[in-house]
Amino acid sequence: MGREARLLVAVWVALLALLASTVAVTFAPFGPIKPVINLLIAAAKAGLIVWVYMHLREQRGLNRIAALAAAAWLMILVTMTLIDITTRGWRI
Amino acid sequence: MTAVPLLTPEERVSYLAAGSTLRSWLLSTDHKRIAILYLISITSFFFVGGVAATLMRLDLVSPDHHFMTNEGYNRTFSLHGIVMVWFFLIPSIPSTFGNFLIPLMIGAKDLAFPRLNLLSWYIYVLGGCFTVYVLIAGGVDTGWTFYTPLSTMFANGHVLAAVAAVFVVGFSSILTGLNFIVTIHKLRAPGMTWGRLPIFVWSHYATSLILVLATPVLAVTLLLLAAERLFHIGIFDPALGGDPLLFQHMFWFYSHPAVYIMVLPAMGVVSDLVSASAHKRLFGYWFVAAASLAIAAIGFLVWGHHMFVSGQSRYASVIFSFLSLVVAVPSAVKVYNWTATLYKGDISLDPPFLFAMGFVGLFTIGGLSGLMLALLAVDVHVHDTYFVIAHFHYIMVGGTVSAFFGALHFWWPKITGRLYNLTWGRIGAALIFFGFNFTFFPQYILGYLGMPRRYHIYPPQFQIYHVLSSAGASILAVGYLLPFIYLIYSLRHGKPAGPNPWGVAGLEWTTPSPPPRRNFLKPPVVTREAYQYPVETLGDG
Amino acid sequence: MADHVTLAEQYAEPRQQREAAFMGMYVFLGTETMLFGGLLALVMAYRFAHPVASADAARHMRIWIATANTAILLTSSLAVATGVLGARNGKRRMVIGSLGVAFLLGLAFLGLKGLEYYLDVRDGLAPGLGTPSPLRFGPTALFLDLYFVATAMHAIHLSVGLGLLAWASSSVARRRIRVPDQAIVLEMTGLYWHFVDIVWVFVFPIFYLARG
Repeated sequence: MGREARLLVAVWVALLALLASTVAVTFAPFGPIKPVINLLIAAAKAGLIVWVYMHLREQRGLNRIAALAAAAWLMILVTMTLIDITTRGWRI
Repeated sequence: MTAVPLLTPEERVSYLAAGSTLRSWLLSTDHKRIAILYLISITSFFFVGGVAATLMRLDLVSPDHHFMTNEGYNRTFSLHGIVMVWFFLIPSIPSTFGNFLIPLMIGAKDLAFPRLNLLSWYIYVLGGCFTVYVLIAGGVDTGWTFYTPLSTMFANGHVLAAVAAVFVVGFSSILTGLNFIVTIHKLRAPGMTWGRLPIFVWSHYATSLILVLATPVLAVTLLLLAAERLFHIGIFDPALGGDPLLFQHMFWFYSHPAVYIMVLPAMGVVSDLVSASAHKRLFGYWFVAAASLAIAAIGFLVWGHHMFVSGQSRYASVIFSFLSLVVAVPSAVKVYNWTATLYKGDISLDPPFLFAMGFVGLFTIGGLSGLMLALLAVDVHVHDTYFVIAHFHYIMVGGTVSAFFGALHFWWPKITGRLYNLTWGRIGAALIFFGFNFTFFPQYILGYLGMPRRYHIYPPQFQIYHVLSSAGASILAVGYLLPFIYLIYSLRHGKPAGPNPWGVAGLEWTTPSPPPRRNFLKPPVVTREAYQYPVETLGDG
Repeated sequence: MADHVTLAEQYAEPRQQREAAFMGMYVFLGTETMLFGGLLALVMAYRFAHPVASADAARHMRIWIATANTAILLTSSLAVATGVLGARNGKRRMVIGSLGVAFLLGLAFLGLKGLEYYLDVRDGLAPGLGTPSPLRFGPTALFLDLYFVATAMHAIHLSVGLGLLAWASSSVARRRIRVPDQAIVLEMTGLYWHFVDIVWVFVFPIFYLARG
């Protein structure tokens, strides 16, 4: 159980580090790429939480798909709506 | 493993007889009883939606003399849409036949989460209460689509209550879908591999994927609509930089897959019925199973075809148009496979099978008009006309409602343990098929000629088509009412049905009619393929 | 694993029931992903369409309170994960203690959120409350309103989570739920709590870090 507990704490430290980095990125002069980086960092945090805290690493393939399917499906909504907005030729 | 005990005498009692108090019905976690609770509720709403349709068809008989005001007419078609879509069509097959049959078809004792199942019915009833309130309080005039900014800023009417009704009932759908997914994955009997499942189960699995992925997006969209209306914040208000089209994107992201929620279960019913009718294995089993999943998946990629003339980007429209043509392919695959199944089959023309064949014909016509609508260039002209109305009624009424009646007539003996009069059944099926075409075919012509939807005042040259349509509707109404008479009559006076009155394949036909509380007298072990003929034991358990 | 699990009628063996529970919960959380995801997708669309106004609004949001809240929630997830670990190993007191810590952290989050909302109202950022700030105009107001809707939805889900933590913790304390036999209850509660945390993990950059 001790090894498990150490893993939980290690994940927590990583999460806090990612939090610090995302705030740092926000104040850094990275320009328009910042939202992308911040979303990737958020995805990394979410990934850690899902994989370790939410036991996904113990699950079989089927349950893993069940857990992740919605996130993939969301991309359809995001992508195709963005295709519309970016190609309309007029601003909202 | 130790020997499995056979059922005690009490456990052999049918699910209908196991407890006769109201409490035993209203608090039952038995999927079969919950299915009947749903059957009664959705039938009630079918009547409500039907009354609204009757009022509309009566009002449309004359181009300029109306018994409803414009506002009244708007509220009537809105009620008709809201009730029929969310309180009848979406739960119709899954929550009644899906609930009743899926455990039986996979060899399980119940669904994975029986209490969630009961909860889903109570949530449905709660949503229904909101709808009844909306009905009594005077309705809404936004159409079932609740487009902004009309719904958020300008509509008079009980928008919040209507939105609440739909929001609530959505959770009933979500729970049902969740239950089916876990059940089909985890509760199949030994030997019941995916490849031995009836297509009814595959279709409900595909439907359930849509239920859980799409419905929450509707929920949050309605929430935003309500927030805008309640707090006067301008999420979709152009003056504030909002975009009404974003409402439409989010609304149709759900509502297009929703139409597949309405038709996939019907296709599942038809696959089973066609095979049963021909007493022959379903042709191209894996193609039909894969087509079900393909429809569910591709169905999420086409929603922009509802928005071709909304101001959506032309490039997005082209993409959506192409994908809308693609989504027709798996449906067509199914039609070919049903036809091939009938070829050289030993076809019986009992009522369920007449409904199934009616489905195939009417769905094909509706589907062809769908292809026309998918073409961007055509849709620009017929969008918001009666052509669209005819298209979706051919699919949802000619299709889904026919399949619903087919399912009712097919599994009635299993559910109630009674046989009904087959001649009356055939008459009902014929009246429905004939009345339906009489009602809705003229609407294709009306739309092509330019009659807009949601209008009850129209140029006099359209009157002949409206009169034909309304006349057809009266025949259709008789066709729908007839089954209520002879089916309910059969509850008292029908001959007792054996386990397999139609002599067809399927695990549900190996257990008594009606089934015992735990579905099977002994836990089934499956060795037969799906739709395997000949069926060896006719009439014994 | 546990050998005193109560098996529901429709299940043939404990492993089947356990896998069904996990699958059911993942599917449920999938629906919640679509719920919040739909909203956040809309927000991203507006951020794309109105970058300047969104950044303007974001600059008036309280980034340090939100950063503290993010750290609080991440820590609460550690606490819940520790509680679940304790449940799996039959350590009753570890469960009660860890869930208690998580509960307090969750409460702290709500407290800080309440403070934030109070400050927002005081500054006239909230719709219809107090004298409207000059910011409440056009797409800036739009972004602010979406922030209120998203954080309110999250807070409601968090409150439900607090209820679950309290119920689970007290059930273990009163021995109504036995660990490790019924650890599944804590595992399911944990999954829900972690999901609420993940929602915030995305809400934070999408709103507060939009300042450009």
